[in-house]
Amino acid sequence: MSDRIYLDNAATTQVKPEVVAAMTPFFMEIYGNPSSVHGFGRETRKVVEDSRGKLARVLNASPDEIYFTGCGTESDNWAVKGAATRSVKKGKHIITSAVEHHAVLHTCEALSKQGFEITYLPVTEQGIVQPSVLASAIRSDTTVVSVMLANNEIGTIQPVTELAAIAHEYGALFHTDAVQAVGAIPVDVKALGVDMLSLSAHKFHGPKGIGALYIKKGARIDTFMHGGAQERERRAGTENVPYIAGMGAAIELAAANMEETARRVQGMRNRMIDGLLERIPDTRLNGDRERRLPGNVNISIRYVEGESLLIALDLAGIAASSGSACTSGSLDPSHVLLAIGLPHEIAHGSLRLTLGDGNTEADVDRVLDELPRIVTRLRGMSPLYADAVALMRG
Amino acid sequence: MYSQQVMDHFINPRNVGEIEDANGVGTVGNAKCGDIMRMFLQVKDGVIEDVKFKTFGCGAAIATSSMATEMVKGKTLVEALKLSNKAVAEALGGLPPVKMHCSMLAEQAIKAAIENYLKRIPGASRTMEEAAIVEALEREPVMQEA
Repeated sequence: MSDRIYLDNAATTQVKPEVVAAMTPFFMEIYGNPSSVHGFGRETRKVVEDSRGKLARVLNASPDEIYFTGCGTESDNWAVKGAATRSVKKGKHIITSAVEHHAVLHTCEALSKQGFEITYLPVTEQGIVQPSVLASAIRSDTTVVSVMLANNEIGTIQPVTELAAIAHEYGALFHTDAVQAVGAIPVDVKALGVDMLSLSAHKFHGPKGIGALYIKKGARIDTFMHGGAQERERRAGTENVPYIAGMGAAIELAAANMEETARRVQGMRNRMIDGLLERIPDTRLNGDRERRLPGNVNISIRYVEGESLLIALDLAGIAASSGSACTSGSLDPSHVLLAIGLPHEIAHGSLRLTLGDGNTEADVDRVLDELPRIVTRLRGMSPLYADAVALMRG
Repeated sequence: MYSQQVMDHFINPRNVGEIEDANGVGTVGNAKCGDIMRMFLQVKDGVIEDVKFKTFGCGAAIATSSMATEMVKGKTLVEALKLSNKAVAEALGGLPPVKMHCSMLAEQAIKAAIENYLKRIPGASRTMEEAAIVEALEREPVMQEA
């Protein structure tokens, strides 16, 4: 069998060698605590602030609006909980969407148990949160609106600028989970008009275990992690210096090559989508065709189940993911696929292939060659397919 | 996450397909939950002479169907009815806890096919043994396709 190919870049990405090189000195050579006054501390303080500056430049923010966190999930938790608990005098109503990542959805569920009221905005069949839907759900006691910039499963890009403007009309803070977007598409916090934005390094070829939250100057949210005076007394804990150095290097690389990478990846994505829809009958594309992350392919293949597709692909050396219940450990398929209106049995047959910088046209060819064969084999075993064929023959 | 035996039965499922002139067919599970198993039996003189399956579902669902067909082929109906989901899982070298329901479905699919076979025999023509089985199955109905 030829080499394995990785088509799960929405799950995580390979760390780039330049990123590893940027991290390495900060384990053994330069190891001081950035809070220390001595020279050891000053050396690591410098790299922490350099990385902050790099993130700020790419996001069009000011460095003192960037706060380092342990991961994207922490950023989401901090933003939503911190804003909600800070604004209880104004109200206890939070708005989010039905297609958010669990880092936001489960945070909202936790808040609802503490007496907050949550509205989950429905989405269109393409997975888009329509501004008019937010406009009719928002109230004077709404304090936080959290809608992701790009969806992790179906890649749909939300009209965040319009949504944030509506939130501000009602004096609510707007948070966006941009974990899938940062590094893949241009993200400008001023153009978006958001108050808070979450990101995570490992989605753009940085290391796992480091994230950041952008908090606009003047946006008031409660502190989440209490302790020392790090991060301007808003996020305690000794800075993860090597990982912060890695994130700085990764964001710089991503920004420098973004346009060219996005164009190349998007070309491969379109060829994969068209090729699969053409070669495999009874297949549909999930998510919006145009307003879509450059690397996201998400299709539903009728009459087959997602996990068996994944295992068969894995045996063929292709790494992908699925929204089927069997891969999540729960009984229900992906909440995102159900939110766009897919019936359970079609959601169970979903397959996500996410392309990145490291993929090639040869990888696309391999999927277009292997997947139709796998589907034919699995459909040959499927009683649903047999019934559908019998029905068509009358 | 899966044992070697599960992977083997997923890659090379035994007895996959349909029996054109099957005299017992049972379908269990539902598409909403992501698993459907259909078993086809060819029974002669109380013995399962041939068995085939079709399954929509995860790797474990396909492997347990395959293993269950191997375990009942050539067996009498009475023996086949004793097939337990635990025995299927054990024969596969174990299943992850979240996948135990797949082995349950395989056991139920075999039972549903046997019940279907017996119900095709007019009540008066059933042997005492067959009548006893029908009665027992009616007391504990299997999960038919929703």
